[in-house]
Amino acid sequence: MNTPTPNLESDVDRLWSLLEQITDPEIPVISIRELGILRDIRLEGDTVAVVITPTYSGCPAMREIRQDISKLLSTAGFEKVLVETQLSPAWTTDWITPAGAKKLHDYGIAPPQPRGQANIRCPLCSSDNTKLISEFGSTACKALYQCNACLEPFDYFKCI
Amino acid sequence: MTNSNNDLIDYVTGLGDDSLILGQRIAEWCSKAPFLEEDLALTNVALDFLGRAQMFYNYAAELHNADLGTDKSVDRITADDIAYLRDAREYKNTLIHELPIGDFAYTMARQFLIDSFGVQFMTELVKSSDKTVSGIAAKAIKECRYHLRRSNDWVLRLGDGTQESHERIQTAFNQLWGYTSELFEMTASETALLTVNISVDTTVLRDAWLKQVSDTLKQATLELPKDEWQINGGRAGIHTEHLGQVLSELQYLQRAYPGLSW
Repeated sequence: MNTPTPNLESDVDRLWSLLEQITDPEIPVISIRELGILRDIRLEGDTVAVVITPTYSGCPAMREIRQDISKLLSTAGFEKVLVETQLSPAWTTDWITPAGAKKLHDYGIAPPQPRGQANIRCPLCSSDNTKLISEFGSTACKALYQCNACLEPFDYFKCI
Repeated sequence: MTNSNNDLIDYVTGLGDDSLILGQRIAEWCSKAPFLEEDLALTNVALDFLGRAQMFYNYAAELHNADLGTDKSVDRITADDIAYLRDAREYKNTLIHELPIGDFAYTMARQFLIDSFGVQFMTELVKSSDKTVSGIAAKAIKECRYHLRRSNDWVLRLGDGTQESHERIQTAFNQLWGYTSELFEMTASETALLTVNISVDTTVLRDAWLKQVSDTLKQATLELPKDEWQINGGRAGIHTEHLGQVLSELQYLQRAYPGLSW
């Protein structure tokens, strides 16, 4: 990118905070930036290029996210919007921000934990005494667990 | 149209076909799996395969359209055209992907054989000199590993389970075995692309695959089937009678109402 004029830079900053409003359609408490889906925003002439990456290949939320971005930017006065899908580098749960992970937890979804590390912690009663029910939960990005202490089933955001 | 682009279109279309047809097959379990968690798992796996097919087809369409240059007399194609408007002979998936779902043991045995292959294959495809192909592989490899964890678990659980589950999954492996050799065959396009480091030489993947499959089957108290027969032809468009049935369901809407959109 060429050296941006101060005005352009502030526009990009404004776009980042604007797109912060867009949340995951399946998990409405976390934004696409916090999830690491929103990769880049560029201003090319009068066109806004937004780069997103899918969490899973077949994630059905991508289409909705793309529409949400276009709609929001057009409401904000940006007429030419280009939403690009970037595959590489592949999305990883490491890109979920700490604030995002906390939001997942508070919403009742156990955030990703590095493999090999202790048990998955129950987001409801904080017990480590939990068991895997199924490698797949309500969406492709989650697995289903149950807490042996409070007996509640819960979603775990898989670590990939 | 340049030759190398033709080969690449063939290659990515074939890989997309493998994913789409298997995804469509697994999705048949939707609302019919043995229990709810398994229903969710199977449909999630199906979704991963459909997503992968879409990525390969998008790239095939992009390559195809780029070859048209500025020629306005020919229509541009989309991933949907590739999925919905080709007949069975134009589909190039290997046969193991199109076989009916059978019982749950059969579905998991096939899944395990394909997931084991997928991990080997995608690990190599990530190194492709073609950036888009390598990008799709980088995405797919993570899913393949996750799928394999689950299908491997099921092989152990069913093989080393009750007498009935053992018999069923052993029968499934015996019935599927002859379809696995096709996974390790190379088409002319794949061989041509190998010289420019785009494709994967699958002929060298069989040893590692066989070791993984043998280890799991042994642990599951199952017998490794013998290499007594083999059926191939999928990459040449010569299919079993089952593909037409998959396509009739998959393509029904676009065939009955051409151009219909949501």
